[in-house]
Amino acid sequence: MTERLRNSLLFAGMAALLVAVGVFQSANLALAILNLCLISAIMALGVNIQWGYAGLFNAGVMGFTALGGLAAVIISVPPVTEAWVAGGLRAVSGLVLGVLTIALGILTWKKLSLGKTARGWTSALIIVTGVIAMRWVVDPAVEAIEAVEPAKTGFLGGFGLPIMFAWMAGGALAALAAWAIGKISLGLRSDYLAIATLGISEIIIYVLKNEDWLARGVKNVNGLPRPVPYEIELQATLWVQNLASRLDINLIELSSIIVKLCYAGLFVVVLALIYWLSERALRSPWGRMMRAIRDNETAAGAMGKNVTSRHLQVFILGSAVIGIAGAMLTTLDGIFTPSTYQPLRFTFLVWVMVIVGGSGNNLGSILGGFVIWFFWIEAEPLGLGLINFFTSSMAEDSALRIHLLQNAAYTRYITMGVVLLLVLRFSPRGLIPERNR
Amino acid sequence: MIDILNALALLANFVIVPALAYGSQLALGALGVTMIYAVLRFSNFAHGETMSFGAMISVLSTWGLQEAGITIGSLPTALLALPISIVATVCVCLLSDRLIYRYYRTQKAAPVTYLIISVGVLFILSGVIRFIIGPKDQIFADGQRFILKARAFKEMTGLDQGLAIKTTQGVTVITAVVIVALLFWFLNQTRTGKSMRAYSDNEELALLSGINPARVVMITWIITGALAAIAGTLYGLDKGYKPFTYLGLVLPIFSAAIVGGVGNPVGAIFGGFVIAFSEMLLTFAYKRVIAYLTPGEWVPDGLMQLLATDYKLAVSFVILVIVLLIKPTGMFSGKTL
Repeated sequence: MTERLRNSLLFAGMAALLVAVGVFQSANLALAILNLCLISAIMALGVNIQWGYAGLFNAGVMGFTALGGLAAVIISVPPVTEAWVAGGLRAVSGLVLGVLTIALGILTWKKLSLGKTARGWTSALIIVTGVIAMRWVVDPAVEAIEAVEPAKTGFLGGFGLPIMFAWMAGGALAALAAWAIGKISLGLRSDYLAIATLGISEIIIYVLKNEDWLARGVKNVNGLPRPVPYEIELQATLWVQNLASRLDINLIELSSIIVKLCYAGLFVVVLALIYWLSERALRSPWGRMMRAIRDNETAAGAMGKNVTSRHLQVFILGSAVIGIAGAMLTTLDGIFTPSTYQPLRFTFLVWVMVIVGGSGNNLGSILGGFVIWFFWIEAEPLGLGLINFFTSSMAEDSALRIHLLQNAAYTRYITMGVVLLLVLRFSPRGLIPERNR
Repeated sequence: MIDILNALALLANFVIVPALAYGSQLALGALGVTMIYAVLRFSNFAHGETMSFGAMISVLSTWGLQEAGITIGSLPTALLALPISIVATVCVCLLSDRLIYRYYRTQKAAPVTYLIISVGVLFILSGVIRFIIGPKDQIFADGQRFILKARAFKEMTGLDQGLAIKTTQGVTVITAVVIVALLFWFLNQTRTGKSMRAYSDNEELALLSGINPARVVMITWIITGALAAIAGTLYGLDKGYKPFTYLGLVLPIFSAAIVGGVGNPVGAIFGGFVIAFSEMLLTFAYKRVIAYLTPGEWVPDGLMQLLATDYKLAVSFVILVIVLLIKPTGMFSGKTL
């Protein structure tokens, strides 16, 4: 069986699974799963760029996803004028002050011709003073901003641009964060990158939860503008009504199917574009160099490749892709909820996708994104069914049975762990292995 | 003079005592991470979940013991449940090594492969925990709540500020001291402990001198499992058992291990207290302390808090970053057991 045939069969099988959900459960559910499959595939591509191309372990996927979501808010929400009047300028200048302080501190550390201890204390002093000054500038501004109609706004709002711009902005924001974190932890032992990214992602979530002036914190920003029409509008148009009567389905259901199809179309375009670019990069001399570095850092270094700066480059690229996916996710949801970001779902699940799909192979990552997301969603009804089956001999009111049924949802964590370990053990190259070039 | 004592009591009540307890919990956690790193040479992301598993077994056994009417007076029943939890957690660790990690040792896999495997274990453990006990909070501390009540302290000393010590805090610190003493005695005095240190120091040389690697690895997992069960139980006892918090503990624990120098047990303990005290000191509102220390009736306007309490986690991260930038090997140059 040729490789092409095998891959086509795998994707056809995946499509068949989605169609089966459409037939046996509902078309709406199948499309909802498909949309998230597409986003997961993009996230998996991002992680694959870092892990598959360069062997970097990013344990902070969640943070970059959330930054993408933040970008969606900042780009699309109209500015809150009163909040800007109340303290916008002061808050922004405070933030600029903070950034300048850190830059100055780093510059002192790098450039000042003093002893190591003296340099350390000077830059520490600069940063501490700067942070105190920043707090002094920012705190009253934050208070003023958060006091502006806290039930409705209480934040600065955004630029009021079309939300599609946010997809790029999300990538840029994530890239910026990746640059900072990469500067610190790349070039050290590989575990340190994992721990540092794990840390930064948790902190990003904490900031988003607590800084209400930025994106309302746990009060969430809802009703984000959409790139596609609303269901209500569709229901009012003639062709949709005609189509509904011709296909003999409910108008409301049809409109929601059309909306999901529109999203799917947009996501497919983005996924195809990123896939094409990633493949181009992988086949280029640059991709060859990345693989050389991944497979033997010492040898690549000896050949004059700057390993650390290549790693930084590829880390930023991968994080940007994850940021784009994060912005798309928030666009799809139409609501930004910082409290829903959890490491198991947003970081480690994406890792399972990449490993199961086949690390180093872009097509594999896409397939992994589809398969794993599908089973992540469908594991719950499947687990419930299994437990129902095995406990059917027990009494209806048996405490054990009730307990098992209540917690059935958590079987999906177990399933994912088992799948990851089984793939690593028996087929470490994944569903679609990396091609030998 | 009385003002200074009042300020000290205030600090002790809100910073020193809680930080000592939290630091002990972190130190025990970091010791587990460090042991695995020193002998098996990978960062075990599943350690937080292993702690959570130990705590869960403690919660369940505590309920069982309470049902049977077995308690130990004013001390928490969880102390009686601890041995059961240790045995169960050690079994889980040994099982995971036998079924999962051992294969990759024979393959001489890269450290980052182990990291991914530990993510798989993390998934399974968190699934199992939530499946068994559910995602909700469980409080299982019983017995007397305080060793020293704030009012008793006030009456004893005549100060305005009270100092309260919770039983769980006292139990935490004492247990940690005992466990650490036992661990160091084991590592430095016994033959097995010495062979572990030799193995961690230079694997090939140790193999040449006839040290059995399988035995060393097994003992490492036993110690790690026991430490995880104790740390998890103490943390749950002190703060209430919430399955979701343990994943978040991984970061401060790793920071503690790295600050001290990964692979170095003394460093892990030191790091645990560094992290705990920095968190408490940076997020404490100094308003009343300053009011006591300054003459007259002057009280500062703000809370005089350096960092909002919500950013506790950021403290351990910043410390981690500083250490990575300045001395990646940690304070007690890492990787010697």
